[in-house]
Amino acid sequence: MTVKPAMPKCWRVESKPHKFCPGCGHGIVLKALGEAIDELGIQDKVVFGCDIGCSLLAWDFFNVDTVQTHHGRTTPVITGIKRANPELIGVAYMGDGGGYAIGSQHLVNAAARNEKITVILVNNTQYGMTGGQMAPTTMPGQKTETSPYGRDPEATGYPTQGPEMVAAITRDGAYVARGTVANFKQLKGYIKKALENQLAGNGFSFVEALSLCPTNWRTNAAETWDFVEKQMTQYFKVGELKTPASKPEEAK
Amino acid sequence: MPEKPIQGEKRVFMTGNEVVAYAALTAQADIMYGYPITPQNEIMHYWTRMAPKYGKKFLQTEDELSAGFTTVGGVLAGRKAFTATAGPGNTLMQEPMSMAEAMRLPVVLIVQQRGGPSTATVIYSQQEVTMTTLGGNGEGLRIVYSTSDHQELFDYTIKAFNTAWKYRFPTFVLGDGYQAKMRESLTMYDPEEKGIELVKPEPYVGKPGVPGVDRAPGHYRNTYNVEEELYEVLQGYFKDYDRIAPEVTEYKEIAAGESDVVVVAHGVVARAAKAAVEELRAAGKKVGLFRPVTLRPLAEKELRQAANSAKRLLIVESAQGQLARLIKDAAYGCSAELHYLFKPGVGITAEEVVEKVQTIL
Ligand SMILES: Cc1ncc(C[n+]2csc(CCOP(=O)(O)OP(=O)(O)O)c2C)c(N)n1
Ligand code: SF4
Repeated sequence: MTVKPAMPKCWRVESKPHKFCPGCGHGIVLKALGEAIDELGIQDKVVFGCDIGCSLLAWDFFNVDTVQTHHGRTTPVITGIKRANPELIGVAYMGDGGGYAIGSQHLVNAAARNEKITVILVNNTQYGMTGGQMAPTTMPGQKTETSPYGRDPEATGYPTQGPEMVAAITRDGAYVARGTVANFKQLKGYIKKALENQLAGNGFSFVEALSLCPTNWRTNAAETWDFVEKQMTQYFKVGELKTPASKPEEAK
Repeated sequence: MPEKPIQGEKRVFMTGNEVVAYAALTAQADIMYGYPITPQNEIMHYWTRMAPKYGKKFLQTEDELSAGFTTVGGVLAGRKAFTATAGPGNTLMQEPMSMAEAMRLPVVLIVQQRGGPSTATVIYSQQEVTMTTLGGNGEGLRIVYSTSDHQELFDYTIKAFNTAWKYRFPTFVLGDGYQAKMRESLTMYDPEEKGIELVKPEPYVGKPGVPGVDRAPGHYRNTYNVEEELYEVLQGYFKDYDRIAPEVTEYKEIAAGESDVVVVAHGVVARAAKAAVEELRAAGKKVGLFRPVTLRPLAEKELRQAANSAKRLLIVESAQGQLARLIKDAAYGCSAELHYLFKPGVGITAEEVVEKVQTIL
């Protein structure tokens, strides 16, 4: 008898096994999201937006309404949906390229407006779908297809600190955290809190998930986990950066 | 909360941008997403003033990419959402409009053309015809109305929402800086009192029930991994577009079938062309007018009839042949000789058209 691993209820069985490469972190993040949706009982309200990049492979991943859009535009599409129907729970799901490069203006402005949506950004330190080029999150010295000698911060800057930036520009009521697929329980907790924050109508919720891309890192299992657990965390600190505990005070 | 902004008929004297805002309200649009650019700004200004009184919404976005994509989102959520732009903003709008074409989303975009290319002038032009009719990547599966005056701005803005939601293709109202900024009189009305049924919007996402349990989840995408899959989807779209084209196309003419010279013009320039044709006809000349109202799809059959019965077509536009390209394509193989009067980014008077017609009569 084979024992099947438990799937979140809101996963779409027909589209499993999923389309990500073996060992990819996207599946883990989506599992955390799926369980959080189940636990909150919001499958009928969630609208899931995915970007271009490997996240697009999730276009039929869930039994939730889903919109797959262009590279970098998931944030405004979900913003538009949420503004038009505030009853819905909008989740914008994207990669570091989609969120911090091409779509950074949308992230910055959605955060500054404290849009009541949840953005989940998967940081795998490079552009996965297009074959492993340098991303804003590529680490100093990291080799990619477009930084074949290793990223030189003098020439191309340091990795974008996304949650730190979002925490700095959001007002109170926002929720900002960085989790990692290496700590599933914690990551799920952050995603759940981000959704709860939206349910409570507080403000912008943002979770960056440190993730795996063994295909483009060209790593085996042990090296993959070493990369995400030891190397990535040198630059990207895991934890909650902002919680909505303190609501904005009335201006006096 | 007052339900209707206009009751009965109301004779007014106002700018085109104000007209558009009123028309969107009377068409029961729910939400506008926008980003400032001249000459369309006052559409947002009037909308934001009136919107809260009628329970309507507005969001000013960070740029036109965002304005277009939030509009797409608004439509997905099942609201009559619209936006407005011009010139370089229209350029940025082409990306979200392509997505609307890919998903057959009834977004409504008002374009008040300004000079081009790039920033150019903020005043007026007909230089956004190519971009508005065929702009995005793909085949340009959209509907474009070119208005001539304020009455039409009102009529066709209302109609644009109906066309969009009925046929599920993105729909554009192509005005211009003159129409946007000048004052003119028109009659505003409540469409429903006139027997114009307002097509109801429907949600794409967030329908009742649990997806996968009570109903199928809505999975909307604009990416396909297999060539054949895209090909199949597009074949369906092309078929739909060809089927609806005869219902959607509109044109106006004056004796286009029985004239030696037929002047072809659209938008504001068609007003000068019409005045010129009337003057020449009063002087006994066999001159007609063909004015496409929908630039996409174009009334090809009727245009070909005109182009086969007239000796000459004179295409007049405030652009360097953007309308002419559409006309040449549609009238390919017809017997009429083609003549042009192009003044890119500059207004055209009836006198200029008369003069030009006389040189080719
Ligand atoms: C406007 C535009 N530019 C470029 C691309 C090509 N493109 C597709 S996916 C991608 C990179 C995605 O990387 P990331 O957002 O980090 O997501 P990942 O694939 O790593 O999950 C790029 C550049 C595109 N689709 N659209
Ligand atoms: S390329 Fe990388 S990010 Fe994309 S599916 Fe494969 S492992 Fe995942």
